[in-house]
Amino acid sequence: MAARESVDGHGGSPTGAQPTAPARLDLAGVRAAYDRVEVLHGIDLAVEAGSLAAVLGPNGAGKSTLLDVVAGIHPASAGEVRVGGEAVTGMDPARLARLGVCSIPEGRGVFPNLTVRENLWMVTYAGVGRREVEDRAFDRFPQLARRANQAAGQLSGGEQQMLAMARALTSDPRVLLLDELSMGLAPRIVEELYQVVRGLVAAGITVLCVEQFAPTVLAVADVAAVMVQGRITAVGRPSDIAAELAAAYLGGGAKGDRAGGG
Amino acid sequence: MHAFVVYTISGLATGGIFAITASGLTLTYATTGIFNFAHGAIGMIAAFAYWQLRTQWNMPTLLAFAVVVIVLAPLFGLGLERAVMRRLQGTTEVTKIVVTVAVALGLVSLALWIWNPGTFRTIRPLWSGRVIVWGPVRISWNDVAVLVLAGLVAGGLRILLHSTRIGVAMRATVDDPSLVARNGSRAVVNARVAWVIGASLAAMAGILVAPKLTLSPLPLTLVIIDAYAAAVIGRLRSVPMTFVGALLLGLANDYGIGYLTNIGAGQQYLQGFVAAIPVVVLFIALLAMPTARLRGARLHRTTELSYRPTWRGALLLAAAVVVVAEMLSEVLSRGDLFHSTQIWGLGLIGLSFVPLVGFAGRISLCQLSLGGIGAMVAAHLGASGDPLALVAAVVVTAAVGAVVALPALRLSGIYLALSTAAFAVALDRWIFGLPPFTVFGHQISLFQGGSLQFTRPHLGPLHLGGDHAFFVAGSVVFALCLLLVVGLRRSDTGQRLLAMRDSPAASATLGMNVRSATLWVFTFSAGLAGLGGALYGMGLQSVDAGRFDLFSGVTVLLAMVVAGISTVGAAVFTGFFLGGPSLANLFPTLTQLTAVAVASAAVGVGRNPNGIIAAYLRPQWDAVVRAPRLLAGLLGGLAIAYALRLGGVLDNWGWVVTSLVLIGSALAIGQLVAAHHPAGPPPDVTHPTVDGPAERLAGPVPDRAVELPGAPRGRP
Repeated sequence: MAARESVDGHGGSPTGAQPTAPARLDLAGVRAAYDRVEVLHGIDLAVEAGSLAAVLGPNGAGKSTLLDVVAGIHPASAGEVRVGGEAVTGMDPARLARLGVCSIPEGRGVFPNLTVRENLWMVTYAGVGRREVEDRAFDRFPQLARRANQAAGQLSGGEQQMLAMARALTSDPRVLLLDELSMGLAPRIVEELYQVVRGLVAAGITVLCVEQFAPTVLAVADVAAVMVQGRITAVGRPSDIAAELAAAYLGGGAKGDRAGGG
Repeated sequence: MHAFVVYTISGLATGGIFAITASGLTLTYATTGIFNFAHGAIGMIAAFAYWQLRTQWNMPTLLAFAVVVIVLAPLFGLGLERAVMRRLQGTTEVTKIVVTVAVALGLVSLALWIWNPGTFRTIRPLWSGRVIVWGPVRISWNDVAVLVLAGLVAGGLRILLHSTRIGVAMRATVDDPSLVARNGSRAVVNARVAWVIGASLAAMAGILVAPKLTLSPLPLTLVIIDAYAAAVIGRLRSVPMTFVGALLLGLANDYGIGYLTNIGAGQQYLQGFVAAIPVVVLFIALLAMPTARLRGARLHRTTELSYRPTWRGALLLAAAVVVVAEMLSEVLSRGDLFHSTQIWGLGLIGLSFVPLVGFAGRISLCQLSLGGIGAMVAAHLGASGDPLALVAAVVVTAAVGAVVALPALRLSGIYLALSTAAFAVALDRWIFGLPPFTVFGHQISLFQGGSLQFTRPHLGPLHLGGDHAFFVAGSVVFALCLLLVVGLRRSDTGQRLLAMRDSPAASATLGMNVRSATLWVFTFSAGLAGLGGALYGMGLQSVDAGRFDLFSGVTVLLAMVVAGISTVGAAVFTGFFLGGPSLANLFPTLTQLTAVAVASAAVGVGRNPNGIIAAYLRPQWDAVVRAPRLLAGLLGGLAIAYALRLGGVLDNWGWVVTSLVLIGSALAIGQLVAAHHPAGPPPDVTHPTVDGPAERLAGPVPDRAVELPGAPRGRP
């Protein structure tokens, strides 16, 4: 990954000098709440550097909140998040993005009123130059090159997800957070996108992704966890986790989970 | 031909000024999603500051211009972003509008305070005196310079927004601020840049337009209305379209002034129309907008909740209004009582906002202007004291309201606010000022050449001519209307209006006719406003058109929002606050104080969009009601205070202060009692449910703030 050399002139950001060394992601006792309703009850999770971890769980388990806490969008009420061993809890999302935490939210992380090119321009805040970003994005997704000057809102769902993924591909992140990549997309496109993710992992990026729909991500993940009602109830190899999942979806009370007062 | 060229050049220059101001408006709206009603007021303050530097302190012209536009205005924009606008993220459109309007009102009051409005001031054009002679045509150098400046501004903005990264990020911020942050760009920085440039452009336009008008706060602030039309032509998004729109508007304006005033016939009817041209253009531009798609509720959790009032509470409030009115009418001095009669009119106009804005979520800025129509009807038909004039005022105003609503049905949010503002300004600048005209042989003089004269009605043997009788009768009418609105809120219709506010799309898919419901609520509210306007006029017996202008109307809306736009109690607050004698009596020298107080309170609304009643007063009051002995003690204390007043021991202020202290201590004791004997689930309990967080207001007893239909609340 020699692309770091082409960091644009934008003020020597602290990350500019850092090599894209693989960075592990650790969560220790993370809690988070909406107003006074706690939705994460102490999450411990370790993602090895350069591996792909998948967190699976039913709707409302707190998966998206978990990713938002790591990305700095939602505050943690307790616990610690570490990237490459460095505590980043409470950092604002823009700073985290510049430190190499790339988060792609649920439902196409694109700006619908900006053109494809302008969307890619926004990627350059993370440190890679504009030309480099466009070259890499258009090289990987030639479809986007043909629509470079169209508003992103006019793209198909799959193309929008490609554009969102282009941010992960081109900004040399250390940690990538993916929320429901598969949502609303044809299985063929989902598989293609996860191949892209796999490629990123191979290049040394640490990936944490969250899904409701399991099979595709289990096929590519290195480690998987089940999350139910704000708690991680099982962690293991993807093949072992498949069995746990049935319980999570069918009973709402996997072992270790105290039945919440719902 | 000669004249045509002259009008064209001056029209383009006028358009250039519109373009500068409108593009500043578009920039801040496109970046922050806040439509800045204070944009014109910023330009106005800048024009005054420029006058101070140039004329008073003899600074060179261009230096003074540069100091205001490059230094002072950007600093002001920075402060505005920091102190006010940043808090508006995630609030509703009504709150955003009201807060920026409050800023505008505050600035106008500030200008009136600093620069004595009695003094006549003028600003000379920046490049005055020099003339380009081109054949028979003499072109002012200033006009050309303004046009060039406008072109530079438009080009610069175009480059900023499309060819710089921060410009692209500014546009991205409107789409999704959190995604901007995920990309590593700071939304706060982007918004700050927008406010700085926006304020600077507002200042530039203010200084350029001031020589064409007199240097006085209101006209300069209202010039912005003219620029709204250009901004709307640009769909509040496109800078080039805004520029073109502004030039067309400038041309229409100056051709209108040039040619319409030369037509022989009907001159007196057209004069006001010329002033209303930009407003008419705005109205047409809004109607030409493609229909906004019905939108579902945005996926953010609303912090603005609607309380379902109980009959018991409503009856108590209505009774209290009448009792207090009777008490006041006994003790107020003649002059105070006369002025206080406007409480009920203003209160009713405030009440007319409740169904429309509070329940249905439709913003109207023309309720007071509709009140003006009601006042006209009542003055004309009620000259003999016939109470049917009030009924006629309601019916006619409701009909006008329906007609205004028809074209506005397709609009919502900011566009609806703008079109109702346009209507208010058109009434104010043109219709209310129309000279007498003849229809079917009847001569009609709408505002009777400036001010309307009223006769207070008599009901059979009951003559309401005296202040005392009229004051109490007014309170009864007001109290009945309070109950009517509470009834509406509790009815199926009220539920439907709220549903429509929360999600028009969901309401439509459930089979509701959103349009007819909107039309209905517009009509209903207009009727209330008409009644309010009629009572307002009858109370004061003589009112001029200025009392019904846009700014006064917006002040009423501000007071309502401060108190809580979806509660009827807010109307009581508004009536007493704006119509009562208290503030003017307390601080007779500071006539601007009322406006400043309302404005600064409204600026705080961003923090607590439910208003003070829902946030503080109601939960505390509920605690008092739950402690019968405390309530009895409070009522006894109030009775004793009133007795002391009647006995002459206390004067009016002593009585008011004593009563307020009594109420305040009762509320405080109620809090203490509630803290020791919780009469429900303890306030700090968490609900570990998966279906969503507990609803919560800023008040200390959150779980009681919202009542679900079908779950009647039991009070001990």
